[in-house]
Amino acid sequence: MNAIGHATRDAIVIGGGLVGAAIAYGLQRQGLSTVMLDEGDVAHRASRGNFGLVWVQSKGLGAPHYQHWTHASARAWPELAADLLEATGIGVGLHQPGGLHFCFSDDEMAQRDALMGQLRREAGNAGYEYRMITAAELHDMVPGLGPQVVGASWTPYDGHASPLHLLRALHAAFQGAGGLYRPNALVTAIKALPGDFAVDLGADTVRAPRLVLASGLGNADLAPLVGLSAPLRPERGQILVTERARQVLALPTHVVRQTEEGSLLLGDSKEDLGFDTLTQTPAIMRAIARRAVQTFPWIAELNIVRAWAALRVMSPDGKPIYDASERFPGAYIANCHSGVTLAGAHASLLAPMIAAGALAPDLSPFSARRFHVQKTA
Amino acid sequence: MFRRRPEARPATQDRLVEVFVAGRPLRVPEGASAAAAVLLSGAPAIRTTPVGGAPRLPYCMIGICFDCLAEIDGVANRQSCLVPVAPGMRIEPQIGARVARADDTAPEAA
Repeated sequence: MNAIGHATRDAIVIGGGLVGAAIAYGLQRQGLSTVMLDEGDVAHRASRGNFGLVWVQSKGLGAPHYQHWTHASARAWPELAADLLEATGIGVGLHQPGGLHFCFSDDEMAQRDALMGQLRREAGNAGYEYRMITAAELHDMVPGLGPQVVGASWTPYDGHASPLHLLRALHAAFQGAGGLYRPNALVTAIKALPGDFAVDLGADTVRAPRLVLASGLGNADLAPLVGLSAPLRPERGQILVTERARQVLALPTHVVRQTEEGSLLLGDSKEDLGFDTLTQTPAIMRAIARRAVQTFPWIAELNIVRAWAALRVMSPDGKPIYDASERFPGAYIANCHSGVTLAGAHASLLAPMIAAGALAPDLSPFSARRFHVQKTA
Repeated sequence: MFRRRPEARPATQDRLVEVFVAGRPLRVPEGASAAAAVLLSGAPAIRTTPVGGAPRLPYCMIGICFDCLAEIDGVANRQSCLVPVAPGMRIEPQIGARVARADDTAPEAA
């Protein structure tokens, strides 16, 4: 910061969660002097409540651009994890052995097969490998499968990682590369000009020719300030955590995964309850536990030691929003509910685009313009 | 190192029961906690942590710190400070993370 309190940088990223930190880290690695503004613990902090899947299967049905983006991120992940380990010494616990999505009836198996088949067709030349695996064969892949499991879909692309270690590693790598992290930096105003953005933090102002809005649900209010829109809503998810157990589950699944430290995470609930993360609903917790035990009966013997609720950042169609402002060139928004899965893409693909000054054409379907439906008479 | 507090207590608590801490027999007052038995036994540790492998003994004695985790009568990861002793109780060290019994003999869930 200089004497009059203005700090001029090459780029400002608003948001210190997984999306903001991955982009800020990517920008800094592109040689852009970057400041990351993090509101504080009053923010909704989706990145602190994440389940931690790096998940490709079932993403992007009817939206090949989303499937490609997710797949590209999964491919970028190993290098991201290796770079973060080298730069910070923090292992993020990445494992990508493929993942399982369970089915509990023949109908479900058939529907799942049809869905996966459509994803494969939509993948085109990029390819999409999957298999429907029957219960008999699943017994060799995962232990103690419940008798009601009929089978599962499997893709080799899926994996998981520790969201908290990832967040910490991205912050450490960003700062280690010279990036400036500003905690408790509530944005009070944005003064936008084409290629010139001044972000007011109350006590001082930061200024840069590039501005990235990556503040999760907060983007809904910020995007209009730079000529963009982010129609977002919170979708609550709850997670139950068991005591640590010795490694027993070699593959992540869409409802249960075992962390590197041994805890089993049980999840995948969806509730539309506004911004409430404090009230835990026993009915949902019971449903999560019941489904986990239906899948793996032995989980019933484990003690639950933690539970929490967090808010997914959902767009109207559930897909990410990436946009570049036409009115104020240099301003971008990034929103998604898959901060872990898409971390590879954000750091290795999106950040270089922003550094170069334009989003690639294959990101254009992610523009929020898709929600601007003309009113009909 | 450890002595009982001097207050008067019901006569029942003067009865002793025999328990086993890490296989070693030990007579402790009826009504004491399994964690108290661990401390009386002089065992160097009752658990090791799952990730770092650090040794632990009972600490808070009120169910908060989880440093008294033990395998009690075959049940893993019990907070021994919350479990009263019973005759013949077997209190074994909890070494690292418990084993999830993910084999086909696991009980059916209700």
